[in-house]
Amino acid sequence: MRSTIGKTVAAFAVLASSVSFAHAGDVEVLHWWTSGGEAAALNVLKQDLEKQGIGWQDMPVAGGGGTQAMTVLRARVTSGNAPTAVQMLGFDITDWAKEGALANLNDVASAEGWDDVVPGALQKFSKYDGQWVAAPVNVHSTNWVWANKAILDELGIAQPTTWDELVAAMQAVKDAGKVAVAHGGQAWQDATVFDAVAMATGGPEFYQKAFIDLDPDTLGSDTMKEAFDRMAVIRSFVDDNFSGRDWNLASAMVINGEAAFQFMGDWAKGEFLNAGKAPGEDFLCFRFPGTQDQVTFNSDQFALFKQGDTPSDEQAALAKAIMSPTFQSAFNVVKGSVPARVDVPDADFDACGKQGMKDLAAASSSGNLFGSMAHGHANPASIKNAMYDVITAHFNGEYDSETAVSELVSAVELAQ
Amino acid sequence: MATTANTRAGNDWLRNALPKLVLSPSFAMVVIFVYGFILFTFYLSFTDSRILPSYGLVGWENYAKLFKLRAWGIAIDNLLIFGSLYIIICCLLGLALAILLDQKIRAEGFIRTIYLYPMALSFIVTGTAWKWFLDPGIGLQAVMHSWGWESFAFEWIKDRDMAIYTIVIAAVWQTSGFVMAMFLAGLRGIDNEVLKAAQIDGASNWALYRRIVIPQLRPAFMSAFVVLAHMAIKSYDLIIALTGGGPGTATELPATFMYSYTFTRNQMGIGAASATIMLMSIAAIMVPYIWSELREKK
Amino acid sequence: MATNASSQVVRTGAGARFVIYTLLAIFCLYYLLPLYVMVVNSLKPLSEIQAGGMMSLPREWTVAPWQSAWATAQIGVAATGLKPYFVNSILMVVPAVAISTVLGALNGYVLTKWRFRGDTIIFGLLLFGCFIPFQMVLIPMARMLGLMGLAGTVPGLVFVHLVYGIGFSTLYFRNYYQQFPTELVRAAMIDGAGFFTIFRRIMLPSSGPIAVVCIIWQFTNIWNDFLFGASFSDFDSQPMTVALNNLVQSSTGVKEYNVHFAGAIMAALPTLLVYIVAGRYFVRGLMAGSVKG
Repeated sequence: MRSTIGKTVAAFAVLASSVSFAHAGDVEVLHWWTSGGEAAALNVLKQDLEKQGIGWQDMPVAGGGGTQAMTVLRARVTSGNAPTAVQMLGFDITDWAKEGALANLNDVASAEGWDDVVPGALQKFSKYDGQWVAAPVNVHSTNWVWANKAILDELGIAQPTTWDELVAAMQAVKDAGKVAVAHGGQAWQDATVFDAVAMATGGPEFYQKAFIDLDPDTLGSDTMKEAFDRMAVIRSFVDDNFSGRDWNLASAMVINGEAAFQFMGDWAKGEFLNAGKAPGEDFLCFRFPGTQDQVTFNSDQFALFKQGDTPSDEQAALAKAIMSPTFQSAFNVVKGSVPARVDVPDADFDACGKQGMKDLAAASSSGNLFGSMAHGHANPASIKNAMYDVITAHFNGEYDSETAVSELVSAVELAQ
Repeated sequence: MATTANTRAGNDWLRNALPKLVLSPSFAMVVIFVYGFILFTFYLSFTDSRILPSYGLVGWENYAKLFKLRAWGIAIDNLLIFGSLYIIICCLLGLALAILLDQKIRAEGFIRTIYLYPMALSFIVTGTAWKWFLDPGIGLQAVMHSWGWESFAFEWIKDRDMAIYTIVIAAVWQTSGFVMAMFLAGLRGIDNEVLKAAQIDGASNWALYRRIVIPQLRPAFMSAFVVLAHMAIKSYDLIIALTGGGPGTATELPATFMYSYTFTRNQMGIGAASATIMLMSIAAIMVPYIWSELREKK
Repeated sequence: MATNASSQVVRTGAGARFVIYTLLAIFCLYYLLPLYVMVVNSLKPLSEIQAGGMMSLPREWTVAPWQSAWATAQIGVAATGLKPYFVNSILMVVPAVAISTVLGALNGYVLTKWRFRGDTIIFGLLLFGCFIPFQMVLIPMARMLGLMGLAGTVPGLVFVHLVYGIGFSTLYFRNYYQQFPTELVRAAMIDGAGFFTIFRRIMLPSSGPIAVVCIIWQFTNIWNDFLFGASFSDFDSQPMTVALNNLVQSSTGVKEYNVHFAGAIMAALPTLLVYIVAGRYFVRGLMAGSVKG
């Protein structure tokens, strides 16, 4: 079944090449980086290619953390008008590779030595069936805590390193009349917190079994119930007005000193820097207590759509440019994430960035680097969203922890 | 181009066929791009399609899964609540405003434009304005508190049970002006001889409207119903911008459900099944209406 | 026409008029509030919004967000503002609205004045087509556009909007023309006037109001459409709503709310303009036909 579709898609992709080749020597790039900083960072790549005589045709479609762009991509591929290169996340790459629509980048990869510098956990997504199909741009890690240093100093709270210390710290902030946790009640944000809580509660093996292997017994285990119980504890430290709040407004609460902590990925750093705050002085960044050794990540990659048997020269040049250490450094300094290759010098990064790079390299070599469930790097979209449903319902008080655990098991089963 | 002998016959033929020829492109477009696609979706709902259409048949599995999903039940309930409130409130408000505006109001054109303008704005951003306004921390409640009315509480958008009503408020804001315009037009078309006669008979203003004017607006009600039902079923931007389906899944609607399963969750089969159920429900309500409407005209 | 308004008959006293004006004013507030939020915040520096006070007047007035949204805001890689996308939208909206209005008029004309067996069913089918959810047609439509060689082009977008706009435009014109005296058409036929002559000489001159209704409806819907615009366009044909969406929906960047609101108002200006200019005809048009249907 799959193979026939694969062939149709491939045929369409070939058709697409004939369309887009009306402008030979150009690449059309579908992406969702439209906000000031990240778009400016991508502009570095554009200029890089233009120096080589390759034109950049920009096709930005923002919304829903890339879901809008993925919808557009499906329409574009079905109509036989696939873009040259597409920004993608995690399992989307695998899904499109399965359809046989992505170009094989092995030649570029071996010439450039990608195998040696890209962490194995990332390669799981960049490669399909032993072939490189995507070039990773960055690694975001999601298990960060952002804290307002002034509040912590004032209340004499040390940086918490365990769950109990965190609870005590949150209680102290609450007693002082401030909001302990700045949180936005949107499904993906709830899941981002749950990701870190589950990792801290059950450890890496539990995380692997529950979210990556989708083992029903682990999903229904007491440890999972414990994780949900802890979510309920966090819920009690969130202000009443949390639901529907955008993550950056939650960050603003920490920045303005209304709230002490935010549990959010490293993209939050941009908000702090933009408000003129300095890491280590005005705000602190540290791993979620209990996950000091682990890194849960998501990684933006560029997949290249097939235009023939081998990737075109433009595609090869694009892939090469994406993986060049200078671009990786320049881009990630702006974006708040860390480079997807571990051999990039950290000279240009700030304190949080340097720590992020160090953590990534360490986690990668010790086997503690895991794809984030909340960001679609642990399991496919259908399962991820089924988990979102349960986590959000529980966080909003629709389920108690026991119901949440059994609902989680059945939701995952239904989505498979 | 034709000989004189059959020019006349040709003309007759053309005269007969021309109206059908003129109508045929529209008819063909609708047959292919509406009904063809409906059949295609119906077929997809029995397949194992995930990221792209695929043609492995799986029987009723997608429907079985669909009805096991809690979110689908919520979406259906919400559509019933939202749809009926939205249609009823828009009609009542539209009618009331039209009647008020029909009393020889100065600056009528200006007020009418104010009532109508929300239709022009895209909800991609208006949603943000509404979200802020309804947010207890920064919107109406905060303003009331800052004015000294400390006990004022308006937290519906944060409340699972009430959030769907905030969607109604914003949706009514968008379209009630349009409905008002339709009723206003209807009011202006009423023959006032009948009204004068009734007034001479001593009918009060209230009786005048209730007995004579409003019954004559029945076609306007019907038109409003079609437009509003169409808007209610297709409400998507509104939900995404205002609540994103939350808190939790409290404001999920069939349109958001369908989009999410087809595109975000890569479960196209279930998405197609939900689309099929939705279309069948629409047909169950709309076909009798369209049929009765058209039959009366004959 | 206004001579037979019910208001000629119904009389209201001074007290009642006071109540009426008060009610109308209250509803003006209801309709204007979101616009107030948008306008006020589009004229503030971002720091003022972040500091709270989203409902209050700006302490420091600025038009910088408007300039930014128009010409310098980051839409994609290039910092072009919304300016270049207006052209794309206009290239799409004008033909789509024009063609669907003309086709709707012709359809309405046929369905009321040149009736034939089965025409009611055809109209019913056209009308029910209005209710098809757009999310459902995305993938099959993409396939069809590809087969027709229209993928990623402006004509392709125009075609899609035409297909899904034809139901409503036919509805408006059919209901309007139904009020139109058939005797006039009959008389013209006896005089030997042809199909198109009658349409041009008799129907069209009196179709102004309903054409405005139809144009406003189509213009609003097509101008504000996002889903089709995003899915069926190319890098060089993206319409304004897609650009606006890109401006507003940044996943992991700083949200410049003031620029967002300025952009949103800007994007709505063409439709607002159509409403204000054509508004008076709008109500007159509805009055003359479609409602009484």
